[in-house]
Amino acid sequence: MKKRILPLILLVTSLISSCGSGGGGEEKKTDTGTEIKSELPSSIQEGKGVGGITDVELSDEPNAAMVAEGQAIYDMKCASCHKLTDQRVVGPGFQGVTNRRKPEWIMNMITNTDVMLDKDPEAQKLLEECLTRMPNQNVKEKDARDILEFLRRNDLDKTGEKDGAI
Amino acid sequence: MRTRKVNMIISLVTIMGGMALVVACGQRNATTVIEGDAAEQVYIAPGEYDEFYAFLSGGFSGQITVYGLPSGRLLREVPVFSQYPENGYGYSEESKPMFNTSYGFVPWDDSHHIELSQQNGEFDGRWLFVNGNNTPRIARVDLSTFETVEILEIPDVAGLHCAPFITENSEYLVSGTRFSIPIPQKDVPIDTYKENFKGLINYVSLDQDHGTMELAFQIEMPGFNYDLARNGKAVSHGWSFLTTYNSEQAHSLLEVNASQKDKDLMAIINWKKAEEYVAAGKFTERPTSYYHNLMDESTGIAHSQEMKMTRILKPEDCPEMVYFIPVPKSPHGCDVDPSGEYIVGNGKLSADMSVYSFSKIMKAIEEKNFDGEIEGIPVINYDAGLHGILQKPGLGPLHTEFDERGNAYTTFFISSEVVKWNVDNLEILDREATFYSPGHLVIPGGETRKPEGKYLVAMNKITKDRYLPTGPELAHSAQLFDISGDKMKLLLDFPTKGEPHYAQAIRADKVKPNSKKFYNIEENAHPYATLGESKTKVVREGDEVHVYMTAMRSHLAPDNIEGFKVGDKVFFHVTNLEQDWDVPHGFAIQGATNAELLVMPGQTKTLLWEPKKVGVYAFYCTDFCSALHQEMSGYARVSAKGADVPLKWGLNETLRENQEQAEKFYEQLENKSK
Repeated sequence: MKKRILPLILLVTSLISSCGSGGGGEEKKTDTGTEIKSELPSSIQEGKGVGGITDVELSDEPNAAMVAEGQAIYDMKCASCHKLTDQRVVGPGFQGVTNRRKPEWIMNMITNTDVMLDKDPEAQKLLEECLTRMPNQNVKEKDARDILEFLRRNDLDKTGEKDGAI
Repeated sequence: MRTRKVNMIISLVTIMGGMALVVACGQRNATTVIEGDAAEQVYIAPGEYDEFYAFLSGGFSGQITVYGLPSGRLLREVPVFSQYPENGYGYSEESKPMFNTSYGFVPWDDSHHIELSQQNGEFDGRWLFVNGNNTPRIARVDLSTFETVEILEIPDVAGLHCAPFITENSEYLVSGTRFSIPIPQKDVPIDTYKENFKGLINYVSLDQDHGTMELAFQIEMPGFNYDLARNGKAVSHGWSFLTTYNSEQAHSLLEVNASQKDKDLMAIINWKKAEEYVAAGKFTERPTSYYHNLMDESTGIAHSQEMKMTRILKPEDCPEMVYFIPVPKSPHGCDVDPSGEYIVGNGKLSADMSVYSFSKIMKAIEEKNFDGEIEGIPVINYDAGLHGILQKPGLGPLHTEFDERGNAYTTFFISSEVVKWNVDNLEILDREATFYSPGHLVIPGGETRKPEGKYLVAMNKITKDRYLPTGPELAHSAQLFDISGDKMKLLLDFPTKGEPHYAQAIRADKVKPNSKKFYNIEENAHPYATLGESKTKVVREGDEVHVYMTAMRSHLAPDNIEGFKVGDKVFFHVTNLEQDWDVPHGFAIQGATNAELLVMPGQTKTLLWEPKKVGVYAFYCTDFCSALHQEMSGYARVSAKGADVPLKWGLNETLRENQEQAEKFYEQLENKSK
């Protein structure tokens, strides 16, 4: 089943990317552009990406225990590509990520990496910039939630702001 | 004198003429036209999977190769008994202990018989076993990772050809010495063979949860050559059958002197009885030496243990444990049909094949229908145990496998063919030429209670005319036949590696769902694992330097290291931080005298590098991993012995920070020593 779906996804993806590069911005809404945009899952249109995470509830103050857990996973699985500043290494720097992306998008990117890279236009833009596919690090949903909390803490420390994309 | 010479020449010419005729017979269809839909039958569309895994031993390559059936596509080579530069097996510090033996480090062997683990007489897809023929050893491959995880040496045997045949619930792996030798080894004239040489039949038990092997006991037998075995199944479960040749006990020019008698012997062993004798303490303990090498699952590090004692059972002390029955001249095959009732004994030098009946053998034993005994072992009356004789089926019968429809398929080495016959009524049903000289053959499950008689693979020893020539050395060929109909049909030739000796094939869905995709980095308990880039470091302990390195597409950390000195032993412990399928990272460094490492996602592996010359040496990832793979590299600076270049390391701008860290490290070290 999966095998048959994949070419379809790729086809849609290639249409999207060729549209994106040729169409030149969102204001210029060609017929094809609108059509394809409407085919995108609503979660993508809402900026939540695509995957199992549809709704994340956040407490105002980052949970300290979760931050610590998140940092441990970040150190082991993420730090070799993502710095906590705005410096891009292999992947984008994490500074300000919670102000740019919705929490659902962040967690979907972590847990549903391959599909995000194939479907989500924002993830694809990042791939075009970084030119290395983000690896699926097999992070469990609970661990992704802890990483999110750690990223909120990091943004608070670095910029004094968090959750700006909600 | 002259007449004698002429006679000899005449007889030689006659023999050769006869052989040419036989060979010509086999070659008559060298350009066989494959029937219409054969290509379709073996075609697996891109993205589709094969129906069966076939595991072929690599013979003198010492390895195992994995093919898909029916496509014949090579899926993988699994290193077992030989060092493998492709992934550093046998070169990496973790895997080196796998080659420890009582003879020292032995990085090659001759792998022969593949045995998959079974439950209730069916393959269960957990483990795969294979023997090393030259330095007697049995290896276990874990089928979730396709990695060799254990090697057990078998003491006091020579040429462990007859191995490692499994019982139907994986209770034991049975093996026998191909060559008898003095036990214990001693300095004696070779022509004292009859007095001093003995043969051992060995039972290795398996831990049912982990597959771990243990040499349970050895049975001391007369000094014959024990060649092949099969264990009983269903009705004959609890018994082993082994063909033996050289019952003449010759020790020179065996091709003549070991073929004197019209019949050799098949050994029949009641291993349940043997178990009882072991439990009752009827064994003698004999000091010896053999190695047991086991890979630790959580660290991926192999450990060796020298074992120093073995338990010997002697037939004369253990009545009703061992019997013989005559078998046609110079047997090579011994196979038990799916019902467990029929045992096929093949004499390579006999035109006939003897098929025995287990129930008749039992009856003969009960009635003590014996024709004498050999060294205290009763010899069962040949006719009393016989189900019947398959008369003149071909020349040089070797091995037999079965389908689920009551048919047997036997390879004929000399007449180059596979012959299909009915086990019950011994009627020959079909024959197909092979190209040329087939040894073993395999039908998926053809050794078990539940064969799947759809395909048959014949493994041929001679390949001329089949592929584009590659100089004098040609790949051996395997030939795939469709055996689902009344007539066998050749579908495909495919080249194989080394001298594949035997194979087993298993339905893919028994293995594929358990196939590991990566190692959970959370479970990596390697003592030199680096679980995160922030933990990378370089530690000097005298002349030893340990580099804790991580790999992630597309960089190695640290990528600049200074402070190595000529004469150091540098251990690169590389941890692959990836948790994604199919992204191993390689590690190679200029001037290394061993191999590279190929580190699977989540694993740690260690390469020893001993820099000999001053300079700056590049290291890099060998497995193409991303668009920036070429950039995944670094430098190691080597200074003269005694130079005061400090040890420092880093990645990008953090190099300087690490210098501080290095200084701190030395400070702490100094404080500790104060």
